[in-house]
Amino acid sequence: MTTTASVTRPGTTAPARSGATARLAALGRAELTLLLRSRAALVTALLVPAVTAFSMRGMVKGLDLGGTGLSIATVLLPGSLGLALFFSVYSNLVGVYVTRRESLVLKRLRTGEVRDWEIFAGGALPALMLALVQCVLLIVGLTVVLDAPAPAAPHLVVLGLLVGVAMLVAAGALTAAVTRTAESAQLTFLPFWLLSMVGSGMFVPRGVLPGVAGDISAWLPFSPVMDLLQGGWTGGLGGLDQIRLLLAALAWTGVAALGVRQWFRWGPRS
Amino acid sequence: MNAVIETIGLKRSYRGFEAVRGIDFTVARGELFALLGTNGAGKTSTLELLEGQDVPTGGSVRVLGHDPFHDRGKVRHRIGVMLQEGGFPPELTVLETVRMWAGCTTGARPVDEALELTSLSGRRAVRVKQLSGGERRRLDLALALLGRPEVLFLDEPTTGLDAQSRRDTWDLIRELKAQGTTVLLTTHYLEEAEQLADRLAIMHQGLIATTGRVADVVAERPSRISFELPRDRFLGELPPLAAMGVTRHSDEGGTVRLETRDLQRTATELLSWAHHAGVTLHALDARSASLEEAFMEIAKGFEDFGNPGNHGDPGDPGRHGTTKSTGSPGNHGTTRSPGNHGTIRTTANTRTTASTGNGETR
Repeated sequence: MTTTASVTRPGTTAPARSGATARLAALGRAELTLLLRSRAALVTALLVPAVTAFSMRGMVKGLDLGGTGLSIATVLLPGSLGLALFFSVYSNLVGVYVTRRESLVLKRLRTGEVRDWEIFAGGALPALMLALVQCVLLIVGLTVVLDAPAPAAPHLVVLGLLVGVAMLVAAGALTAAVTRTAESAQLTFLPFWLLSMVGSGMFVPRGVLPGVAGDISAWLPFSPVMDLLQGGWTGGLGGLDQIRLLLAALAWTGVAALGVRQWFRWGPRS
Repeated sequence: MNAVIETIGLKRSYRGFEAVRGIDFTVARGELFALLGTNGAGKTSTLELLEGQDVPTGGSVRVLGHDPFHDRGKVRHRIGVMLQEGGFPPELTVLETVRMWAGCTTGARPVDEALELTSLSGRRAVRVKQLSGGERRRLDLALALLGRPEVLFLDEPTTGLDAQSRRDTWDLIRELKAQGTTVLLTTHYLEEAEQLADRLAIMHQGLIATTGRVADVVAERPSRISFELPRDRFLGELPPLAAMGVTRHSDEGGTVRLETRDLQRTATELLSWAHHAGVTLHALDARSASLEEAFMEIAKGFEDFGNPGNHGDPGDPGRHGTTKSTGSPGNHGTTRSPGNHGTIRTTANTRTTASTGNGETR
């Protein structure tokens, strides 16, 4: 330990505070390094959504879409995007947050200048990049394979992806809050994932769900996101509906964020 | 007084268990303050409140004039923290870990400098999971130093370090202190506190049992002299013990133990008596109290009295700052076991018999 001169300079004029952008970049870079070193997580997040999307094709073909105004493409495209978000953002982040918490990384980070939301956001950055790449690939790939039309309202696709991602980051943190160990993180993401797959129109369009189930499904957290994405391709959403769906998605995101604030613990439970 | 850290009646409870039960202390700028205590004494709980990791259940805490929890934005960039157990992603290398932390730190030192300071330059490409426990502690210290903090919180900074690394870390801490950094550290090693601390507090069961400069805390304890009298000599032949400054004595199996608050006077009287009487004192041992003795006495005293509630005040004021003992500086850093602390708890001036003949060895 060669202690050089000027080990510290307390009392000198304070340098500019580190900015949120710099902190997010530093956290995101470290997290990306970790993601790239974790082959299993990377493969799951990259391949599974693509494989599932193409294998869903057969199932969607068998659906009776008469009267819903939907086609195979307008069911499959939003569905595969939703699925991709769930894999690369939601289930991925539940694992990331729980693992970092249990290995005391979050507790250590919290002793520094990083703000709480930056810890979540920084940790989510690589997952968001992954999701973005996947969505682009899926949209291009499926459009070519299915000879699908371009989205009628592309802004709704972008909007849907943005609020979808925000909701799933918050939901991931909330799920991590109730997950005790890294092992159980491989199960605790299932309930919300299954509920959304079945009820929010990722596999089966909500339009074909029977009466009461259809009504209930409208109130599920991820349904407004899927409706926005679907509306992006069909172009069948009015201005008021767009705002209503957006607000509903944001409200659910807010609820999840409040839950995180209330229940998320930064260190392992003793 | 330029208080950098100030707590008043600080309390912290977890689910009904009161880990910190109302403590007061201040740390001045540039001071090194050590929190000592047994496991579970409340050191880490206290430190976490100072670091702003949690809200106190009672009382108040100020760091650099701010509430470290609610005003963390005003405090964090001026402090450096080393937790008792740091968390780092195991798959990142040392360099990547420090670089990440530097990106989150205002006015961070160059990464190379931080690694150099903690002797980790040669381990930069090694993944955290492959580091030894001591290297991990030094990595944690490197992160704490990154922002050139005004105040440094170190929770057991040298636990798990080998002797050489420990000395290196002490040198580094001394150097930081010399440059004006205020340091608050907890430690299990009494020698560490004796070496580094300007002032210290010994915590026990959530309270501060005693606090002050190392010399003051030690001066509260009596010095001791022990020797063996030849078989044909008796304790009664010595000059009057009270006049020699002896406060307590015992004589068992020919081994005489004396306690005094004026070691030089008692020793001088004893040796001149022996000289004039032509007596050879075997196994002669004279020494000032050590911090370890003070520590053991507090820990043991609290245990024995069961309820420490009435020991919360840090000693009677009259005893503080009294340095009657001329205390030889030479014995600092010795880690002798007090061994016979069973005898020193009874009130002064009563005659006690030493517990056993082999009391001095352990």
